[in-house]
Amino acid sequence: MNIIEARQVLFEYEQRDENDNIEEVNVALSDMNVTIEKGSFVCILGHNGSGKSTFAKLLNALQLPKEGTILISGMDTRDEEKLLSIRKTCGMVFQNPDNQIISNVVEEDVAFGPENMGVEPDEIIRRVDDALSKVGMEAYRYKSPNMLSGGQKQRVAIAGVVAMKPECIVLDEPTAMLDPSGRRDVVRTIRELNKKDGITIVHITHYMEEAVDADRVIVMDSGKVVMDDTPRKIFSRVEELKKLALGVPQITELAYELRKDGLPLPLGILTREELMQYLVPLLRRYGKGAEREDA
Amino acid sequence: MSLKAEHLTHIYQAGTAMESCALRDVSFEIEDGLFVGLIGHTGSGKSTLIQHLNGLLRPSSGTVYLDGEDIFSEGCDMRKVRARIGLVFQYPEYQLFEQDVLTDVKFGPKNMGLSDEEAEKKAIEALKVVGLAEEYYKRSPFELSGGQKRRVAIAGVLSMEPKVLILDEPTAGLDPKGRDEILGSIDRLHRERGLTIILVSHSMEDVAEYADKLLVMDGSELRYFDTPKAVFRHFKELEHMGLAAPQITYLASDLRKAGFQVDQDMSTVEEARKEIRKLFRGNDEG
Repeated sequence: MNIIEARQVLFEYEQRDENDNIEEVNVALSDMNVTIEKGSFVCILGHNGSGKSTFAKLLNALQLPKEGTILISGMDTRDEEKLLSIRKTCGMVFQNPDNQIISNVVEEDVAFGPENMGVEPDEIIRRVDDALSKVGMEAYRYKSPNMLSGGQKQRVAIAGVVAMKPECIVLDEPTAMLDPSGRRDVVRTIRELNKKDGITIVHITHYMEEAVDADRVIVMDSGKVVMDDTPRKIFSRVEELKKLALGVPQITELAYELRKDGLPLPLGILTREELMQYLVPLLRRYGKGAEREDA
Repeated sequence: MSLKAEHLTHIYQAGTAMESCALRDVSFEIEDGLFVGLIGHTGSGKSTLIQHLNGLLRPSSGTVYLDGEDIFSEGCDMRKVRARIGLVFQYPEYQLFEQDVLTDVKFGPKNMGLSDEEAEKKAIEALKVVGLAEEYYKRSPFELSGGQKRRVAIAGVLSMEPKVLILDEPTAGLDPKGRDEILGSIDRLHRERGLTIILVSHSMEDVAEYADKLLVMDGSELRYFDTPKAVFRHFKELEHMGLAAPQITYLASDLRKAGFQVDQDMSTVEEARKEIRKLFRGNDEG
C-alpha cells in the first residue's frame, strides 16, 4: 500500500509587487510523480533549489499543490476536513533544532502534539514515555531543552512527532547542523523507528553517506524526480550525480577511481566492508604486500 | 602576522548558580597564512573561542595577541582588530539586509570610513573572489539561492580585506556542489592571497582535505593542535569526543589489520587511491 502518492504535481512560488500583481513566478515542482510504499525508508537527494523542501511541505499540507494531487494514505491534502488526520499521519522534522522546540522542559515539548490532538492525560504520559525511550532520551525527560546538544534536541523533536503516532515521518535535512556523533544518533534513531515500528521514513539529506542504508533513493532536479532506485544502483552513476551537483560517499568514489585505474571492482560499492571484501582477494592475488602475507 | 591565544578562559555567568566554564586555559599560536580547521562536538567551546579571537567576547582570564599586540589591552583599537580578523557566522545569509547585492557587500567598507567609490571597488573585488557573476550585483540578495546568498555574505566580510578569515560552518545545509564551491573559494583565498583561515567544521572529510592544522576542542579544553594526519591517528579518542575520522582513515586501519602496508595517515580519496595503487604496482616492478 502507498502511504504517499504524488500525481503530476505542480507548485510555484509567486512574487508579488506592492499592488499585489504577480511579478515573477518560480516553478518549484513540475509534473512531479512519486509513490512511497508504507513501511519503506526513502532518501531524497538533490541540490539546493531542486524542490526537495517544497515537496516535503506538500506532504503534510503546509503547502498545497497548484495542480495535481497529493494523497497521504489516500487522503487528498486539499481536503480541509482531513487536515488533522493528514498531519497526524505524516509528521515533520526540520533542519534547525532550535526552531522546533517550544517548551522549557523536554517532556512538555514531547507532550505538546498529543495534547493538541486532545489525547487523554494518562495516554499522553504513556506516549511521552514511549516516544522518549524510542529516541533514547528518557534520561533527559525533566531537563531543559536548551541544555541539550543539537543531536539531542533533534531527537526530542523526533520524539514530539513519534508521540503523535504517525505512520510516516518526513525529515528535511535533520542532520545538517549536527556534529558527527549527533548525526550518527539521529540516523540510528530514524532507522530504528523504521525497522522496529514500521514507520515510513522520508529522509531528505545532503550527506550521501546517509542514503547508503535506505531502501530507495530518489534524486530530484528542477522540481522533478530524475532518478529513483536502490542506493547501489544510484551510486553507480557517479558522473551523472556530479552533473546534478551531488556526489557519492567517499568509499564509493574511491572504488570508482580504482575501477577507472583498471581494478576489477564492481560499480556501486557503498561501504568500507564491501570495498574490503572485493579488494582483499585482489590484493592477495596480485598485490605485493599480500604475497609476503601468504608466504 | 600571527594570532596567539594565551591561557584563554571564559566563564559564562560567573558568580551565579548558572556559572559554566566554556573555555578552560586554551593556548595556541597560529602562524601567518595557515589554514586551520577547528573541530569539536556541539558545546565544546568552538563558537566561544572564535568570538574571543576578534574581540566579541572578553576572556575571564588570559588574552589574545594579534601580531604581538594584546587585543584586550586598553590602548588597542578594537575596530582595527575586527577589520583585520573577519568573522563569518553560521548561516550568514540571515544577516543580509540591503536592497541589492552590491550595496550589501559595500556596507562593511563604508562603515570603516571608505568613500562610496572605494567601497564599491572593494565590494566588486570581494564578489569576484567568491565567484558571484556580475548579473547578480543589482539583484535583491533574497532572490538568490542558498549557496549564492552565503557567498554574498562571505563577500561582505571579505570586502573589509581581513588578514584572518574565521568561518563558522560555512557549508552547513549546502549541497555537495555548493560545499565544494565555498570551500574552493576559501582555499583560493588562502593560497593566492595568503589569508590565514580558521574553518569551523563538522565534516572531518573537509578539514582533512583543506586544513594544514587542526584545533580540536573537547569539553571546553583544547585537546589537540596538530596536522590533520597526526590528529586522525587518535581516531578512537576522537570518537569518545563525539567526533570521528574520515572514512578513508578507517579504511587504512582495516587494510593494515588485514596485513597490507598502506600509510596509516591517509585521509583523502586521492591519498587512498595512490596508496592502494602502490600495493599493486609493487608487484609489476618486482
